[in-house]
Amino acid sequence: MTGPGMSAGARGRSDVRDSLDHEVTADGRKIGGVLMDMRSITLRFGGVEAIKNISFDIREGEIRAIIGPNGAGKSSMLNVISGFYVPQEGEVWFRGSRRPPMKPYQVARQGIARTFQNIALFEGMSVLDNVMTGRLTQMKTGMAAQALWWGKAQREEVENRARVEQIIDFLEIQHIRKTPVGRLPYGLKKRVELARALAADPMLLLLDEPMAGMNVEEKEDMSRFILDVNDEFGTTIALIEHDMGVVMDLSDRVVVMDYGRKIGDGTPAEVRSNQDVIDAYLGVSHD
Amino acid sequence: MTETFVSIPALLARNAVQYADKTAYREKEFGIWQSWSWSETAGEIEALALGLIDLGLQPGEHVALLGRNRPALYWAMVAVQCAGAVPVPLYHDAAAEEVAYALDHCGAVFVIAADQEQVDKVADIASGLPRLRQTVYLDGRGLRRYDHTALTSYADIQERGRGAKDRLGGELKSRRDALGYDDTCVMLYTSGTTGRPKGVVLSNRNIVESSRNSAQFDRLTRDEEVLAYLPIAWVGDFIFSIGQAYWTGFCVNCPESPETMMTDLREIGPTYYFAPPRVFETQLTSVMIRMEDATWGKKWLFDRCMALARKVGPAILDGRPVGMADKLAYRLGELLIYGPLKNTLGLSRVRVGYTAGEAIGPELFDFYRGLGINLKQLYGQTEASVFITQQPDNEVRSDTVGVPSPGVELRIDDGGEVYYRSPGSFVEYYKNPESTASTKDAEGWVATGDAGFIEEESGHLRIIDRAKDVGKLSDGRMFAPKYVENKLKFYPSILEAVVFGAGRDTCCAFLNIDLTAVGNWAERNNIAYGSYQELSQHPRVLEAMRDHVREVNESVSADPMLSGCQVSRFLVLHKQLDADDGELTRTQKVRRRIIEEKYGDLIDALYGGQDEISTETEVTYEDGRRGKIRARLNIQDAEIFPAEQRIAAQ
Repeated sequence: MTGPGMSAGARGRSDVRDSLDHEVTADGRKIGGVLMDMRSITLRFGGVEAIKNISFDIREGEIRAIIGPNGAGKSSMLNVISGFYVPQEGEVWFRGSRRPPMKPYQVARQGIARTFQNIALFEGMSVLDNVMTGRLTQMKTGMAAQALWWGKAQREEVENRARVEQIIDFLEIQHIRKTPVGRLPYGLKKRVELARALAADPMLLLLDEPMAGMNVEEKEDMSRFILDVNDEFGTTIALIEHDMGVVMDLSDRVVVMDYGRKIGDGTPAEVRSNQDVIDAYLGVSHD
Repeated sequence: MTETFVSIPALLARNAVQYADKTAYREKEFGIWQSWSWSETAGEIEALALGLIDLGLQPGEHVALLGRNRPALYWAMVAVQCAGAVPVPLYHDAAAEEVAYALDHCGAVFVIAADQEQVDKVADIASGLPRLRQTVYLDGRGLRRYDHTALTSYADIQERGRGAKDRLGGELKSRRDALGYDDTCVMLYTSGTTGRPKGVVLSNRNIVESSRNSAQFDRLTRDEEVLAYLPIAWVGDFIFSIGQAYWTGFCVNCPESPETMMTDLREIGPTYYFAPPRVFETQLTSVMIRMEDATWGKKWLFDRCMALARKVGPAILDGRPVGMADKLAYRLGELLIYGPLKNTLGLSRVRVGYTAGEAIGPELFDFYRGLGINLKQLYGQTEASVFITQQPDNEVRSDTVGVPSPGVELRIDDGGEVYYRSPGSFVEYYKNPESTASTKDAEGWVATGDAGFIEEESGHLRIIDRAKDVGKLSDGRMFAPKYVENKLKFYPSILEAVVFGAGRDTCCAFLNIDLTAVGNWAERNNIAYGSYQELSQHPRVLEAMRDHVREVNESVSADPMLSGCQVSRFLVLHKQLDADDGELTRTQKVRRRIIEEKYGDLIDALYGGQDEISTETEVTYEDGRRGKIRARLNIQDAEIFPAEQRIAAQ
């Protein structure tokens, strides 16, 4: 059960992580090079410019948040990252090369997984089966072999099931393993969605408002899971969130958007003291 | 035979040879039951013991354990014993201050903690514990970035132990061989309904003899399967999951998580099962709720079968004669309802089941016995290594707690308090000679603190109440709150009851509704409610409670000795009594003094004749934060019955 390499990590990274964070000491996580680079992205829907010439990067191993008021273009941005929207202008660079327009499943094969703001699970299927679908990209046997559950297909399923069980254990959803998703309360569904995304063993995990509609306790649980995923699996995480408090505690760096523009980018502390951000969130008086 | 096995490590050595390949422990992890044979268990324990010695553990030192039921924690207890030290299991849900008190009191040098939650708890209090040298954790999740100067993983210690086998093997053997029958086996903190918890020291003799006697009493064999799910700090768990398991060699199964307990129970199908009444009650409530939603045909069949089970089930279980038609009908019922129901409850294979800790309602008791489950009662306490009395097969009743367990002598003093003397009687309260002296006399008689009497015709013990709680009303009639509270709690809709009356002219009560049962009832009756508080004060809930209280009063009035204990006024509390708020002990027993102090305003209102009262209560949330809840509570009057005319007639 104990993870490998439990040695005390090097100190540091307090420069990146906010001082409010309780894990600043003996921080052993490594933030690597640039994993994804968004260069001068502009996205239009007809005459509406949802994203206006925005550039930022996501580095390996970090938790990167995109925040902003309603209609700021956050979800559009996430959809650009996930390859669902193709921007009219600008380039998306992933792992050192420019990414051509792709189908969502091709993006998934590249190692990007996501959750949705309004939960997109198979309601009639059990939690276990839902999470197993997250392994699809890892399965190689054909439909006939899987239907017969024969030879390689059987071995493959056993291996994948073992990984899924680890994730179920990690997210503490053992008790609902066999429960149909439709019968679960909202907070648990969110956790199941996270489990399915994790099952793809993603390099980059995109979370679309993971705390939306949750009470304080559920938010705390979810925050802990997000930190643990980042810590234990080394997964890079990009998340959109409404709740400022959560974002500030959780993330290494924050991009702030307003009306499709980027108005701030930096550590939570930097962003918090940025006048444009304060204006966007608290409003400015025009007198 | 006994003298050769004078300690748990000695029994382990025997099992590792005699039952080498037999499964000793199982734990569900990653969706699969992982198992360890006795010889593998011995290997795990040896590695940990060597590692602990290498870390500097000295004989006689104390090692605390914090966590839920896991094989690794059970092994740790025995490994600590092998190294000559004393294991001190603590309640996993205890607050940091409670843990701090115990660690400081016993001077623990190591804490073996299950996970980050427990490690954090220890870290918070470590500065006040100069003797604490190391914290050992099982599950390293979230701990990667902690300072590891005084923190080690369980696996690392075992690794270290395996590496040190040549160097320290001799030391381990001599420590193990030095363990004597009267050396300390384990130290357990009593939950303490009053005052500070006390550390009960139990010797190897206490544990080994109690385990042997009780195993023989119920003819337990190495083929039993038990599910370990009750707190490891509780003496019963130590006896069942270690004492009896090592004595007989049976298999201990640990659930995957507390939430999966019912599923795991079903998968394992224990043959020997223990649960406090509360667990049986929850199970029954959930069955009844599901039956309410069944189709009328199924419900009709269920009701018919259960009526039959209540009528003849216990008799069939005890082998008493039953009419032919009933016998056949019962067999059909077994096929259609009882069998499948027992399977759903995970109780199909139970050969011996026990309930203890609290009185169990006759209906609840008969429900399970009616199904053909051999559920019995026992009466015990930490100081007795569990067993004081227990019910032999075929002599089972809901209102007694059985005959003295093998080797136990019983005595009732003039004030009605129960005393016992047994091989399991504790050695002492650690560092507390005054309490030891006031509980256990020079001849070894231990005061239970409970008032009771022995029934002449059957020889069974009956417990009335805590001796110190038995008091007098202002007119001199006997006041036994527990007696009335238990009757109230037998209703599924009442979770908890507290009755007041000592030194007063009448009795009054606080009630707690059971949210599962009452919530479901509300749903079925289209009663809308926004919160626990609102539901608790709903007029129809209060009306139902008034009916329950009236029925209880009627039944209490039938007992001439206790007829003064009828509840004249009551209120339904706006919050559930909770161990986190100090209102219950960790074993869910009511702490009267604290409740009396905390809710003094409510008691005054009950006795002051008011119809309602506004109150404000401080509550502690699960994460330790505090808050206040305000409520307006209705006070209800209840019907009082005259004492049975029998006395007058005599």
